[in-house]
Amino acid sequence: MKGEAMNASVHIREESSDAERPLLEIKNLAINFVTSNGEVNAVRNAHLTVMPGETVAIVGESGSGKSTSALAAIGLLPGNGRVAAGEILFDGEDIAHASEKRMIELRGSHIGMVPQDPMSNLNPVWKIGFQVRETLKANGLPSGPEDVAKVLSEAGLPDAARRAKQYPHEFSGGMRQRALIAIGLSCQPRLLIADEPTSALDVTVQRQILDHLDKMTTELGTAVLLITHDLGLAAERADKVVVMYRGQVVEAGPSLELLQNPRHPYTKRLVASAPSLASRRIQVAKEQGIESEDLLAPTEPVVVKEALPEDVLVVENLTKVFKLRGGIGKTTDFTAVDSVSFAVKRGTTTAIVGESGSGKSTVAQMVLNLLEPTSGKITFDGVDTSTLNSKDLFKFRRRVQPIFQDPYGSLDPMYNIFRTIEEPLRTHKIGNKASREKKVRELLDQVALPQSTMRRYPNELSGGQRQRIAIARALALDPEVIICDEAVSALDVLVQAQVLNLLADLQDNLGLTYLFITHDLAVVRQIADHVCVMQKGKLVETGSTDDVFDNPREAYTQALLDAIPGGSLLLPPEVA
Amino acid sequence: MTPENNLTGQDTGRRHIEHFVADLDETPLQATDKVKEENAPSSLWGEAWKNLRKQPLFIISVIMILVVVVVSLFPGLFSPIDPSSEACQLANSNGGSVAGHPLGFNKQGCDVYARVIFGTRSSVTVGLFTTVGVVVFGGIVGSLAGYYGGWLDALLARLTDIFFALPLILGAIVMMQLPVFRANRTVWTLVLILVIFGWPQIARITRGAVIEVRNADFVVAARSLGVSRFRSLLRHVLPNSLAPIIVVATISLGTFIVAESTLSFLGIGLPASVMSWGNDIQAAQASLRSNPLPLLYPAIALSLTVLSFIMLGDALRDALDPKARKR
Amino acid sequence: MATYILKRFLQLLPVFIGATFLVYFLVFSLPGDPIAALFGDKPVNAAVAAKLRSQYHLDQPFIVQYLLYLKSIFTFDLGQDFSGRSIAAVLGEVFPVTARLAVMALIFEGVFGIAFGLVAGLRKGKFFDGTVLIASLIVIGIPIFVLGFLLQFFIGVQLGWAKPTVSSAASVQDLILPAIVLGLASFAYVLRLTRTSVIENMNADYVRTATAKGLSRFRVVNVHILRNSLIPVITFLGADLGTLMGGAIVTEGIFNVPGVGNRLYRAVLSGEGPTVVSIVTVLVLIYCVSNLIVDLLYAWLDPRIRYDS
Repeated sequence: MKGEAMNASVHIREESSDAERPLLEIKNLAINFVTSNGEVNAVRNAHLTVMPGETVAIVGESGSGKSTSALAAIGLLPGNGRVAAGEILFDGEDIAHASEKRMIELRGSHIGMVPQDPMSNLNPVWKIGFQVRETLKANGLPSGPEDVAKVLSEAGLPDAARRAKQYPHEFSGGMRQRALIAIGLSCQPRLLIADEPTSALDVTVQRQILDHLDKMTTELGTAVLLITHDLGLAAERADKVVVMYRGQVVEAGPSLELLQNPRHPYTKRLVASAPSLASRRIQVAKEQGIESEDLLAPTEPVVVKEALPEDVLVVENLTKVFKLRGGIGKTTDFTAVDSVSFAVKRGTTTAIVGESGSGKSTVAQMVLNLLEPTSGKITFDGVDTSTLNSKDLFKFRRRVQPIFQDPYGSLDPMYNIFRTIEEPLRTHKIGNKASREKKVRELLDQVALPQSTMRRYPNELSGGQRQRIAIARALALDPEVIICDEAVSALDVLVQAQVLNLLADLQDNLGLTYLFITHDLAVVRQIADHVCVMQKGKLVETGSTDDVFDNPREAYTQALLDAIPGGSLLLPPEVA
Repeated sequence: MTPENNLTGQDTGRRHIEHFVADLDETPLQATDKVKEENAPSSLWGEAWKNLRKQPLFIISVIMILVVVVVSLFPGLFSPIDPSSEACQLANSNGGSVAGHPLGFNKQGCDVYARVIFGTRSSVTVGLFTTVGVVVFGGIVGSLAGYYGGWLDALLARLTDIFFALPLILGAIVMMQLPVFRANRTVWTLVLILVIFGWPQIARITRGAVIEVRNADFVVAARSLGVSRFRSLLRHVLPNSLAPIIVVATISLGTFIVAESTLSFLGIGLPASVMSWGNDIQAAQASLRSNPLPLLYPAIALSLTVLSFIMLGDALRDALDPKARKR
Repeated sequence: MATYILKRFLQLLPVFIGATFLVYFLVFSLPGDPIAALFGDKPVNAAVAAKLRSQYHLDQPFIVQYLLYLKSIFTFDLGQDFSGRSIAAVLGEVFPVTARLAVMALIFEGVFGIAFGLVAGLRKGKFFDGTVLIASLIVIGIPIFVLGFLLQFFIGVQLGWAKPTVSSAASVQDLILPAIVLGLASFAYVLRLTRTSVIENMNADYVRTATAKGLSRFRVVNVHILRNSLIPVITFLGADLGTLMGGAIVTEGIFNVPGVGNRLYRAVLSGEGPTVVSIVTVLVLIYCVSNLIVDLLYAWLDPRIRYDS
């Protein structure tokens, strides 16, 4: 059957007008990893073709084998990994089992790489210029200071000659990524492997970097193998998209066609839940047959509290100034949050959006009463939270609960799931042992996890499952407000959609109010009623989600919106 | 190829790209994020235990430690001979191996085997109780400094530094020559002095481990649930900081045994009347060139005991330290 | 950079004062007459006792005694020891010997520890790595005085490759065996530290990126893996100098090296409080200085420290 498939593709290639040879052709690739539990198969039966000058994207969630396949193409599998079967043809030459000497010849000058995390991929003890120079030198290119500066400035690094004399820690994330792009392209390779080149960066920076990378590779005629988890980004940047799932290629084809007409059920699922492609929050509701207005209408639990003020949380002129310690005795003031005001209506979702350093998480910490504001007022249910004594604060904690970003950090690894969810009940002395166990079981049902999970430990669960446990723990005290601090940012797309749906369902059933802190506008559109856009500590724009998305008033908001990958793609309505 | 996998495609202007779909039978779709229910639940400690059980280093060291502990508790089971100095026969001085006395005699004519067996107790006692003292004191100082930070941390960290500047043996020598201690040289004075100069290391390790954990999201989550600050230190921070403390404490136990024998060897540890490997090595030192065996046997016993704790610490580090496990 | 060093210096100041204060307090202020103790079992010579009392200002309040003592350290006026010799002169005699011994031990442990550790790290999980790891555990497990006697007996006495004891001149040649004994435990630590550090760096992202650039294996190992791995190792070695000097008591005793440890040991046994305090003070000073050197080295090796303080 595989043979047939290959014959078919060969046949078609012969039909196409130019009979050029693929630059990279991966056939039947299988990659195994040796672990303590024996050999584990990470990639199997993978096919992939990159023509000269073409951009091909591999899309998949974490663990799908997308990075592993790409690393095999440059001979950089980790020590315990090996190519178990198949061929990797680079310009017709099988390099799957090439000697290390041959690979060193190819790397840099023929196959370049731009890695994922700009923070860890530059050696901290050498100057940027040194790290560029040794690349040029190793590949036999002129490596004088002016050559180094030229390479760096071509990658969009301003003032390159001076910048080359600095160390990586003096660069911002975006600058480092430019330096890494400079290194990857410095020897003008014919193939560039870009492994999630921008996923660690802020969206606006992300866009600039990708645009620049596009421009450079087009000018140089470099073929790009782009690895990404973001289907929107892949479709926007690549001619061809390859979808990987659990170590296998499930679908491959021209980007637009693949998005408009996904055939494999997994691709269909991905397209349906990609946040950057799916549009508004109403979609979630529509799937359940509810109109958006109904979502806001008071459901049962809210009716009970009819007399309460509509704005459950009011933040006025909130300011936080941190004292940064300089040298001895010197401190400088850093205003993390600058006179921020907003109100959150009961039973709705308000999102605070901003890039790193915008102060959005600091706001969340102050609202949670974990950090004291420098000035300004937070009113919860009509009461100024700064005036709470320890007894009232204890009661306040029951009503406002957080969910954090890192699913691996938010559960105590020593506690089993039962103890984790029971802890809030025990702390507040609610019920007896039997009633608490019943409550834990109910909560697990609510977050759609089997009750048997109760006896397990966090290390046995996936990121999405842990996040659902964190939600169950937050719900244990029947809170009114939940602060979600980047609660879905670390999750794979499908899992993210699943958790967002869960949150929407819970809001619907329990009348919860969410304050959603995120950097991801696509997520905002899926879940929020109101948006507050923050930049450098200030609130720059606020309004209903539809208003902000359709008619952004501020240039910064517009820039953020433009930066959503795949946002520019026009998809037929039945898919979007 | 099944019919559904027919290749269609589109021209992107430059070249034709085919649209490939994998056979659904070969790439079955699974439920998103399903909980694996087949395995039995296992905690971190359970995982560590599973790892440890397979490690030869761990098994060997645990067996050796068990032997040492049993010998120190019931030396009479292993040696029928009373090794106290009074029972020694000078006639046997430096005698070789004879029936009933497998390791021969030392200069005072005492049975070397019996002395090695009976000397175990003082080493193990000093090592064990010093470690307990050091973990309690160093652990409290380190966790308070690391958890509360601020001026308390600054103060306790400087205090730790001060004691760190005086090496264990150096500090112990200075203290042991003080009139108070010189007059009462017992296992307990030795333990006290070793605790005084041994706690800074555990304090530093604990402080580091606590700082690493104290800002974890699960600690912040506990605080937002209403768990008090001190209670979250006890319930969440400390249990998660234990691994490096256990590792260092195990290795330190070996170090303290060495410290005891070194001080006894220098003649300022346990008095000569107390049976101890250090004392025996010191006594045998004079006749090293003529009869090295009375020195060799207690030295071997001492080295094996220390080695077993160091090996155990190493095995525990591999099993408990997530950073080491990754490699 | 300057602020960083100044800050580290200011942190070490209380350490020096605290540690010397502690020792001074222990020797002179705990229950029991320190002067009487100096005489041990011998009858107290009233004239000498009075002289000592005034020399150590024991008639003054304790804090004044200590401050006067600090002053005497910085003016090198350390008084006289029991036999009437100037303590400063005694220190001038013994410290160079121990310094020579410690530096030799340091070179031994540094060169061999780094070399073995690097090879073991690069060949992680192979036979060489396993052997070296077990051997290093054994070296750490054997107490230094046992090791000393073994090497002295087999290499010095049985094989006759080196002199079992050291001559009064304590030449470099004489000190080779004692230096190896002194440095063996640290050698095992350096080896293990280098190995761990090499393994950690081998898996670092920037090493993979360096390989992807097309660098040769040799260059990747030397420029990227080794250079970065040496940062913790060199800081360990720097701090170890102080530890080696303070820890030479046993080694010097076994090989009869006329150094600090030997002198301190004799002073302790004969109850010469003033000499003990002086020697320990100088050792604490060396500890503090070598820590300061470590901080400088660290800043020199790691540019991240150089700029943010």
